[in-house]
Amino acid sequence: MTRVSGNPAHRLRAPSALVAAGLLGLTTACGGGGEDGGEVTSITALDYNLAEPQNGATESMLQECGEQAGVEVEREALPREQLMPRLLQGASQQELPDLMLIDNPDLPQFAATGALLPLEEAGFDTAGYYDSVLQVGTHEDTLYGIASGVNGLALFTNTALLQDAGVEPPATWQELREAADELTRGDTKGFAFSAIGHEEGTWTFEPFMWSNGATLTELDSPEAVEALELWAGMVEDGSVSQSVVNWSQADVNDQFIGGRAAMMINGSWQIPVLAEEDVDYEVVPLPVPEAGGDPATPMGGEVWAIGRNGTEREEKAAEVLRCLLSDDNMTEWAELNAYVPAKEEPAQRLAEDNEQMAPFVESVPTAQARTADLGEDYPDVSAAIADAIQQALAGSGSAEDALAQAQQSVPES
Amino acid sequence: MLARVGFLAPLVVYLAVFFGYPLLANQSMALREYTAASFYTGEAPFVGAANYAAVLADPVFGTALSNTALFTVGSLVFQFAIGLALAVFFQRHVPLNGLLRSLLLVPWLLPLVVSGTVWRWIFDQEYGVLNQTLLGLGLIDQGVPWLSSTSMALASVTVANIWVGIPFNMVILYGGLQSIPAHLYEAAALDGAGPWQRFRHVTWPLLRPVSAVVLMLGLVYTLKQFDVIMVLTQGGPANATQTLTTWAHALSFGELDFGLGAAVGNLLIVIALVFALVYLRGLRTQPGAPGSGRRG
Repeated sequence: MTRVSGNPAHRLRAPSALVAAGLLGLTTACGGGGEDGGEVTSITALDYNLAEPQNGATESMLQECGEQAGVEVEREALPREQLMPRLLQGASQQELPDLMLIDNPDLPQFAATGALLPLEEAGFDTAGYYDSVLQVGTHEDTLYGIASGVNGLALFTNTALLQDAGVEPPATWQELREAADELTRGDTKGFAFSAIGHEEGTWTFEPFMWSNGATLTELDSPEAVEALELWAGMVEDGSVSQSVVNWSQADVNDQFIGGRAAMMINGSWQIPVLAEEDVDYEVVPLPVPEAGGDPATPMGGEVWAIGRNGTEREEKAAEVLRCLLSDDNMTEWAELNAYVPAKEEPAQRLAEDNEQMAPFVESVPTAQARTADLGEDYPDVSAAIADAIQQALAGSGSAEDALAQAQQSVPES
Repeated sequence: MLARVGFLAPLVVYLAVFFGYPLLANQSMALREYTAASFYTGEAPFVGAANYAAVLADPVFGTALSNTALFTVGSLVFQFAIGLALAVFFQRHVPLNGLLRSLLLVPWLLPLVVSGTVWRWIFDQEYGVLNQTLLGLGLIDQGVPWLSSTSMALASVTVANIWVGIPFNMVILYGGLQSIPAHLYEAAALDGAGPWQRFRHVTWPLLRPVSAVVLMLGLVYTLKQFDVIMVLTQGGPANATQTLTTWAHALSFGELDFGLGAAVGNLLIVIALVFALVYLRGLRTQPGAPGSGRRG
């Protein structure tokens, strides 16, 4: 990247960098890399895998793969909400990490900047990957990000509580509502999910919209309204706590572990957390509107992307990434962290070995990319959906009105 | 002359670099379509007042503005009143005075993320201390959704913020009280003034300069309050606790539209300035004679 001082676009960069640094109060990090022109001896990596076991596994895998590629990997890990500001700051100084882990719905925003290396250019072989996995890393027909593993949502049920109440894990919306009602006793609510006012709430709701035939471009469709009415109805019944509007997925998991929710919607990554606790549970696919329908889960998980930092560093980063994505590493990572491997064959093997993971593996081929229809506009619409959910659940408006308002944020195509 | 310039230069440079420049840069950002891509490409097309127009036309703007006003006024009034009451209380010789005063400082010393988390537990609908207590006393028959209903959430976050701000008010006002000469009280007592009259005619007027500082700082601090709301409700449910600060954050880092976020930030600066000017003017025009400072 050469700087042309006469270009007005470039003149703008210095102030924006300073504003970013000043406003965000971030420390300048990054750097690293090899000497200019010399051989690349180290590359930088940025991720937000701070929770164990992800943290340790990421660290050791990066080091191992770095050794194989003959570079030292300087890893930086930040909380998720600091990742984007950090990446933007790096972008403004043309100092992006060589390898970075981005939550998949944020990828189009980033790919659109031109700061990421198209992976085909780096010679990535995509054979064996789930199409749906490749799709979440694709922006405008170009692959910019690739996942080692993905995750999805399913229904977790507390075996003991269901047995006590004589309730079977529900498969349809009707059964879900009845089961939630019957399981609500004393301090225990029948059902819990995250309806927090940002992406976490939206992504928990999307399978309900999608499996009912609604799309992200028509938020005010009867199908979408019906899905939101299901949620609002259960809150009204009292079988779901109204507090869900403030619960993250981790909070929902805490409620489930504490026996205060008999069923919950959550992601596969909670399995290692649940394993540490004394809860007997079962995982089933998300209930669907009509028996026999396919659950439509949004594809969750993070993708690795390579920053445009000059051919030599890009090559090293690609080498490290190829190692991270080897079948062995992919499987090891997935087993340790309860993710579904991004390639079909290792994923099938995992499903056979681990029945708790089976519903998640099953859902991957039909899982949808959240950004498929909206691309860069997704964060905007996601925020509007989260708002609509909260309006309907916190008792300030009907599902229909709330979604009609959310529809205004959908760009006209 | 040269000495004077040399004396002022560091201050001017400091102000220009740390106040002037960010303000101007933020203004420039607010006039552009500034997205995530702009950070990398440096391309942020000039769009004039479009960001301001979009922000002002957004239904959330009205909500955020009135929430900001209610949150700020509510916090200031109660923080000041309770802080003053405590300061007057501790002015007397209470046993364990020093210990109690230091304990009351705790809310001020705790990181906001910690106190915010504690308030989340207190307000929890199902097993929060507050609802459990009220249920135990038989005052309510089911848990109140303190943080999860659009009608209660703003009041709840305001209460949490008041709790955080009381120690600051108390400490500064207590300091102000210490500087009032004791003989004035003796004289007032000799004139037959009761406790309320002594407060009205001695304490209150002499405390006015300190009160002004406390309220001014409180105003600025509360207008930009961010952490308490983020920890408790993140501006939700459904924008019920969205203030201009949390909204600017949501626009910038949730929707990655930095132009809109900067526009909201600038509006907040203007509002703070207007408040500050009105307030300072009000102070200046009022005669400082005892008895004229009747407010609140």
